[in-house]
Amino acid sequence: MTATETETRYDHGGDEFVYVELSAAMSLPVHFRSLAITRRLAEEAIPGVEEIAPSNASYMVRVDPDRLHPRDLVRELQRIEDEVGELSDDLVVATRIVDVPIMLNDPWTHEVLMKFRDRHQDPNGTDLDYGARINGYSSTEDFIDALAASPYLVTMMGFVPGLPWCFQLVPRERQVEVPKYVRPRTETPERAFGFGGAFAVIYPVKGAGGYQLFGSAPAPIFDGEQRLPDFAENDSVVFFQHGDVINYRRVDREEYDDVRAQVDAGTWRYSYKELEFSPSRFLADPDGTNAAMKEVLYG
Amino acid sequence: MTIRVQDPGLETTVQDTGRLGYYSIGFPPSGALDSFAYHVGNALVGNEPGAAALEAVYLGPTLEFTEDTVIAVTGAEIPAFVDGEEIPTWESVAVSSGSVLSFGQLRGGARPYVAVAGGIDVPLYYGSRSTYTLVGIGGFQGRALRAGDELAIGSDARDPKAGRRLDAGDVPVHPSTAEVHLLVGLHSYRLTDDSLARFTDTEWKVTPDANRVGYRFRGAELEFVPREQPFGAGSDPANVTDCGYPVGSVQVPGGVEPIVLLQDAVTGGGYATLGTVVSVDRDRLAQTKTGDKTRFVAVDLDGALEVRKDRLDALDRIRSALS
Repeated sequence: MTATETETRYDHGGDEFVYVELSAAMSLPVHFRSLAITRRLAEEAIPGVEEIAPSNASYMVRVDPDRLHPRDLVRELQRIEDEVGELSDDLVVATRIVDVPIMLNDPWTHEVLMKFRDRHQDPNGTDLDYGARINGYSSTEDFIDALAASPYLVTMMGFVPGLPWCFQLVPRERQVEVPKYVRPRTETPERAFGFGGAFAVIYPVKGAGGYQLFGSAPAPIFDGEQRLPDFAENDSVVFFQHGDVINYRRVDREEYDDVRAQVDAGTWRYSYKELEFSPSRFLADPDGTNAAMKEVLYG
Repeated sequence: MTIRVQDPGLETTVQDTGRLGYYSIGFPPSGALDSFAYHVGNALVGNEPGAAALEAVYLGPTLEFTEDTVIAVTGAEIPAFVDGEEIPTWESVAVSSGSVLSFGQLRGGARPYVAVAGGIDVPLYYGSRSTYTLVGIGGFQGRALRAGDELAIGSDARDPKAGRRLDAGDVPVHPSTAEVHLLVGLHSYRLTDDSLARFTDTEWKVTPDANRVGYRFRGAELEFVPREQPFGAGSDPANVTDCGYPVGSVQVPGGVEPIVLLQDAVTGGGYATLGTVVSVDRDRLAQTKTGDKTRFVAVDLDGALEVRKDRLDALDRIRSALS
């Protein structure tokens, strides 16, 4: 078995899962192929397919082997992959752009990350200092600026309910990349803003985690009781969806506390706008597309 | 008709067959970890296959019944008592109003199950009554039971009857070393051949970090094949571009302490996985406890499907015999 960056790998995750890796490396064209394939698979409603989970550069299907032989499923998936072909220039995804306040270099994740230095690549620094250094930034402040400078695309959901994996919409040479902790932490604060590989996340609830900890979001992204209107009105316990564009906006302690107060009062609402995202347009003009999207959100 | 929780035991939760269909937004299936014990319990008390039951770990709960009903204790090897009198396990037993079910010391396995005629009646949450404590949803108020809780019992038992018994030959034994079948793959190419061989040669010990999310093991160190990391993965050799994790998959962050994900698994992440435990063998892991030994036996897909079929055929045979 080899793992090139271009050849699709079909493999079995035990008797009940099929794992399909379109590429070992992340890229937007690969991601949109994974979306196109999983959408087609969902439309075909093949008996025995129980779960379809698209992810960054791969996807996973849960199959009931008593109804559909996993090898037959792989043949179907190969057929769909052939039919879907390469990313079309015409593809336009109807989505939304969401304003997500974020406090970077916050006291809560700092306290936790300092407890787990023995599991980190750099026991003597902080996660932000480490991220800045390995990404070639001369100061942590410049690194923080880069994290919040351009919007992100939600390219995967999971880990726990509602966690969005966010891929920053910048050319590859400007993308931040960091390793996950050498060994995962047993503790992560609720709503922590983390980074692992080329992906930013917000942890919906407290728990274990292996991502570098850079900040905290004041607003929840998971609401199990659907107390807040964003969740109640959409009848969902999670806020984000695959394909959402997120603009992480840096806030200070004062605004952080203000959002927290709105959350406590049950009045908090995310600000977002409907949007059509064209991958080919973005790839041709990343900065222009980002500026236009921010204009839609804040203009 | 209710059950009053006098003593919750340890992490006793309401579980059923689990929550399917929401993996793509991050909901793991949850549901009974030892599916065999759970299904046999329901069959013994005459429930439909998906009725919710109680899953405990290490210690059993102490429960008072407020009406006459039929119960069955299955799973771990643990003495069970009704009003101080020992009752047979893997057998349906009539209990009267005011009776109290309690447990002695665990002798083997890890998780006892209590099935009740009619099932535990908690609201469906995303299609299931299973508790998922990690985010506090499902089951009884999204959490493990506490003293003083009152659980409603459903009224749709198909055919409650005392005295149904599982044949002694079908009662699972809990050997000193659990053997589980593993389909090697996913990102197994990230490990050296020596390390993969070491993984299946090693007798792994269950660490204290073993719960419904996953089991962490200790026993050997594994090495990754050096490579230039693909973009998006992160520079640690154990990193891959974040992807879905199958339930039962095995990851080895840092090359030490492999983790097997179970029913409350994290649904995805960025650590390399070396393979997946065959679904029916999660029953066996569920009955191991901290300090127990586990060995992983490599099978191919056909072997995995055969293990599955044998186990599910046996369950079908048992269910028809009990109905």
